[in-house]
Amino acid sequence: MSKKLRAAIIGPGNIGTDLLMKAMRSEWIEPVWMVGIEESEGIRRAREFGMKVSTTGIDGLVPHIIEDDIRIAFDATSAYVHADNSKKVNDLGVIMIDLTPAAIGPFCVPPVNLQQHARQLEMNVNMVTCGGQATIPMVAAVSQVQPVAYGEIVATVASKSIGPGTRKNIDEFTRTTAAGIEQVGGAKKGKAIIVVNPAEPPLMMRDTIHCLTESEPDQAAITASVHEMVAKVQQYVPGYQLVNGPIFDGNRVTIFMEVQGLGDFLPKYAGNLDIMTAAGLRTAELFAEEAANAAIQLPARG
Amino acid sequence: MDLTGKKVTLHDMSLRDGMHAKQHQISLEQMVSIATALDDAGMPLIEVTHGDGLGGSSLNYGFPAHSDEEYFSAVIPKMKNAKISALLLPGIGTIDHLKMAHDHGVSTIRVATHCTEADVSEQHIGMAAKMGLDTVGFLMMAHKVSAQQLLAQAKLMESYGANCLYCTDSAGYMLPAEVSEKIGLLRSELNPATELGFHGHHNLGMGIANSLAAIEAGANRIDGSVAGLGAGAGNTPLEVFVAVLHRMGVEDGIDLYKIMDVAEDLVVPMMDQVIRIDRDALTLGYAGVYSSFLLFAQRAEKKYGVSARDILVELGRRGTVGGQEDMIEDLALTMSKNR
Repeated sequence: MSKKLRAAIIGPGNIGTDLLMKAMRSEWIEPVWMVGIEESEGIRRAREFGMKVSTTGIDGLVPHIIEDDIRIAFDATSAYVHADNSKKVNDLGVIMIDLTPAAIGPFCVPPVNLQQHARQLEMNVNMVTCGGQATIPMVAAVSQVQPVAYGEIVATVASKSIGPGTRKNIDEFTRTTAAGIEQVGGAKKGKAIIVVNPAEPPLMMRDTIHCLTESEPDQAAITASVHEMVAKVQQYVPGYQLVNGPIFDGNRVTIFMEVQGLGDFLPKYAGNLDIMTAAGLRTAELFAEEAANAAIQLPARG
Repeated sequence: MDLTGKKVTLHDMSLRDGMHAKQHQISLEQMVSIATALDDAGMPLIEVTHGDGLGGSSLNYGFPAHSDEEYFSAVIPKMKNAKISALLLPGIGTIDHLKMAHDHGVSTIRVATHCTEADVSEQHIGMAAKMGLDTVGFLMMAHKVSAQQLLAQAKLMESYGANCLYCTDSAGYMLPAEVSEKIGLLRSELNPATELGFHGHHNLGMGIANSLAAIEAGANRIDGSVAGLGAGAGNTPLEVFVAVLHRMGVEDGIDLYKIMDVAEDLVVPMMDQVIRIDRDALTLGYAGVYSSFLLFAQRAEKKYGVSARDILVELGRRGTVGGQEDMIEDLALTMSKNR
């Protein structure tokens, strides 16, 4: 029996397709289904990659979940339909990895708290936001050394990498990211800012992370912790680069990052999207590793 | 140019754009005394917010001396005729801030985006319009796009519910012909009931000339700042502009001597530095760079020994937009390493 967990991707758009291309290379995940609500470019691409497809939404997948032994579902649709998708697959014992802003499950930032979610067999985990995936590991790197009173991030992304959903509800990005900075990053108070830049050629995603430590920062320990965390993120996002810092100014610690994507389906500058799909896949892989090592028991199937 | 008999609404920026020049440290007493004196001089609209708008309080842009709530609570009850406006940049401020401003009696909300990104403002403009606020779409760095592109973005904001659209020269880069072309096209293509405004910076010394060109082309709201207190070389200096308007027979409802006195007696004495076209502010205008980057670049020069002018030129070359203040220290570090 293969150690790989079989997976369905819901949402055949740019994110879903990029995730599919990454998953096809995975040692731990075997993508089997692509779920859309109609015939589309994305569905056609998925068929070409040999996927089974549903063009009738989640209900087209549900009858096949048991026979195809689907264990993982990735939702790359929208917050509006996520709850319904999640319930339908959870009822059949499928773990849901939520790439939408719905956040009905706990936030998951792989190098910070994925292990804990996997051990607890969380049936729905949420991947926060692109800005959150790029910055929360750095806030956590500081807060693991000493208490952080305030964490603030500025994510600057290429205009072409931000879709209409994010644009219509940009407040959701700032609120969700700020919540993630607190709940996962470990800052007592979090703030997030997003700047959209239309320069041509498109700029690579860049992120600035500021932390205010409660007491004088231990510069050597924080610097080491930041470098260690960068290396952990690089395991699933090789283009995650520390550009400058950490720099210290009183109790302020500042870190400047750049995120280049792998350029699977999304362009390389869209590191913000790549880090979401890579983090989502990394999450699924750890569940698979833990199951293979018998550290967790997946829901029983007849 | 004949502007005789035209009517304009002036909008003072000293207590919002001026926050940049004061590193957001204007005291409650200063806010109240300047706003009260401007009200007495006949200023119809006064903006009061963190320099980077509602929610701008941050390590990135600077923590202010007081919260926007505190400024509104101190200033708004003291106004006899003047209305108070607030700025909001989606991505920094949220609907929650907008509701707070409304609850505190702010009557005009200006929702600002980069000139190509109007569609991030839909929820904020929509909500402000629904609340019955005077709702302004504020297209920043408008020199970066053609008149046609600016029009397309302005139409989006108009469709979301904005009753006034601004051509915003955030970098103080525009010359009068460009202002005429852009405002002229907006005037001919937007709903005739939609008001038009112009927001200038004085980095090339064109604040007054550009504002006159805007009025001639159909704008009826003009931003300026008493004594020019604002980012970069400041905004169009309002007391000077009022004198020019009065000589040209434009009706603005302002008492010239009173606004001169506000500038001289209240605003100039509280300046941390003389607001003038120094070489760095001139570089902003010449290279087309967001005006509030000025003090950040000058601080980076002090800290890292890289010339502020070189930093600003590079920021322009990279196509940075408003809000990217975090790029300045990052770039200065990189430039100092590469030397």
